[in-house]
Amino acid sequence: MHGQEVKNMNRTQERLELWCSAPNVRFQSPEAEEAYKKRAKRIADAVLLETPDRVPIAPLVTFFAANYVGITAEDAMYDHDKAYAAFRKVALDFQWDTAFSHVLALPGPLYEALDFKQLKWPGHGVPRNCTYQYVEEEYMKAEEYDAFLDDPSDFLIRTVLPRVAGAFAPFQMLPPLSMIVPCYTGVLMMLGSAAIGGAANAFTAINKASESFMKFILSAVAFREELQSLGFPFWFGPSTQAPFDIIGDSLRGTKGVMLDMYRQPDKLLKATDRLLPTAIQTAMAGAATSPSPFVFIPLHKGAMGFMSLSQFKTFYWPTLHKLMLELIEQGLIPLPFFEAEYTDRLEIIKDIPKGKALYWFEKTDIFKAKEILGDHVCIKGNIPSSLLCTGTAEQVKDYCKKLIDIVGKGGGLIVDGAVGIPDEAKPENVKVMTTFVKEYGVYK
Amino acid sequence: MSKDLVNALAELNEKEAIEIVRERLNTGAEPTKILDDSRKAMEIVGKRFANSEYFIPDLVYSGEILKAITSMVKPRLAKTHEVKRLGKVVLGTVAGDIHDIGLNIVEFMLDVNGFEVYNLGIDQPAQNFVDKIRETGTTIVGLSGFLTLAFDSMKETVEAIKTAGLRNKVKIMIGGGQMNDEIRKYTGADAYGDDAVAGVSLAKQWVGIS
Repeated sequence: MHGQEVKNMNRTQERLELWCSAPNVRFQSPEAEEAYKKRAKRIADAVLLETPDRVPIAPLVTFFAANYVGITAEDAMYDHDKAYAAFRKVALDFQWDTAFSHVLALPGPLYEALDFKQLKWPGHGVPRNCTYQYVEEEYMKAEEYDAFLDDPSDFLIRTVLPRVAGAFAPFQMLPPLSMIVPCYTGVLMMLGSAAIGGAANAFTAINKASESFMKFILSAVAFREELQSLGFPFWFGPSTQAPFDIIGDSLRGTKGVMLDMYRQPDKLLKATDRLLPTAIQTAMAGAATSPSPFVFIPLHKGAMGFMSLSQFKTFYWPTLHKLMLELIEQGLIPLPFFEAEYTDRLEIIKDIPKGKALYWFEKTDIFKAKEILGDHVCIKGNIPSSLLCTGTAEQVKDYCKKLIDIVGKGGGLIVDGAVGIPDEAKPENVKVMTTFVKEYGVYK
Repeated sequence: MSKDLVNALAELNEKEAIEIVRERLNTGAEPTKILDDSRKAMEIVGKRFANSEYFIPDLVYSGEILKAITSMVKPRLAKTHEVKRLGKVVLGTVAGDIHDIGLNIVEFMLDVNGFEVYNLGIDQPAQNFVDKIRETGTTIVGLSGFLTLAFDSMKETVEAIKTAGLRNKVKIMIGGGQMNDEIRKYTGADAYGDDAVAGVSLAKQWVGIS
């Protein structure tokens, strides 16, 4: 056990050291290089539960950047140059310890090309100045677990994708994918069905969508390279989901997955097990192309409101736990975002190797979290959205002070909004939060 | 026998509950009695939720069982069967926000607790709330929202109700993802409810039932 721990510690430290030394970044000046290294080390120290020079501040940003410079959410999703400029201004004006690119200002043209049904976005179902929002449906029906478990890829491609986007509708005409064996009759079968089903049209749409994707992702990569060269590390990069959430969010929907816990618990558990390798692969694929060692895992359906403690232990935690342990094994740092509240499950989520993860809390009692997890895992959070959007400067300061005094004691705190910087945050409150953390958060 | 249905439903024993209802209907039992028992069971479910013994999945599941029972009983009900209602509530998710999981749970809990609920659905402009308040003469309004963009939509909705001269005729509660008492003050609503049961308590309080 001891040897294992030492090995893991080395891998986590190795990854963090690589991130801090940034060998592939071409800095614009020695000052930028120094600033980058100072910032990255500040965060690495917090994660490793050592005391940094001051409390780091590393927020997530979405359409706050658009509102900040006065463009609409639609502009940000359709004009990547405008989005680039907006997010660049946020990074340079606030000078946080990490920069955040426009990668969450998702590409509107891509979803348009696909006739995508799972999202409503500005001008397509929500007003031009509103954030995109997820459309929850039972994309997989209650009686389809067997089909999913029998052959997940086939089921997802031929049954679920056609429900998710108009462009994928022709896939429902494909023969079962396992019938497309690599022999001359198998090829005939595929082409014959594809022609009948118009799958070629699907590929035309996919081609168009992938062109949009390339424009979007190249813009985001250029942003990362520029801001790194100016001295800002990035924490956001690889991401994945808890297996239960893949089912609850994307396949069965909230109500569907809740009922499955009662009506077909065994199949639900088999499905979460089946999705564990997928969740790991997703994270590893992201990690392979990103300089960031942090794996963002936004959690949804494991919160106190959404399931009981015993359901959490049975359905949610086991596969999330294994996912995080495997990422740690690879030297990556799981960064689960515990959206909503997890106060009554803090003891359970403590079961993770020391100094190797970063837990982001929203409404969980973060002071209690410090008590229970403080010597074990670094905590990120959690200036309430209500304060950042509607509070006074004094209220924001008071909250930051309490957070730094209690949760930041001795290290182990990275400041962010409870759900990142809310789109409608008052810029002056964000400024107050930033300045206060930088001044008051210095460790003496 | 009647106690068994209350127990089976309150314990979320779906198969047993459905079986009892089927048996009772087959033996000519009074359909309204079945509904009365179901309501008693739902009261227990609500209490257990309030005591943190039950969670939202339990509410949702009990709702599904109840739906099945109601659909079995309905064909046997006399056309004149009218349930006495405690009051009316107009509910909806405010403009720009398309989330409705919480909204629908609140609707369901108000309904099983005896309120007549008008659920406008998602992304509702302020005017739709105003129109529905006029149309129904409701005294209670519930504004739902998940995102921070709902802060201003809620505020605008409360203001629109005020401008329409209806503010003193209704009590307004808010709830959902990013809401709290700070936002309640910001929007000018009367109360914030942390969950569906809190919403029911507020509604009961406002119609004068403790």
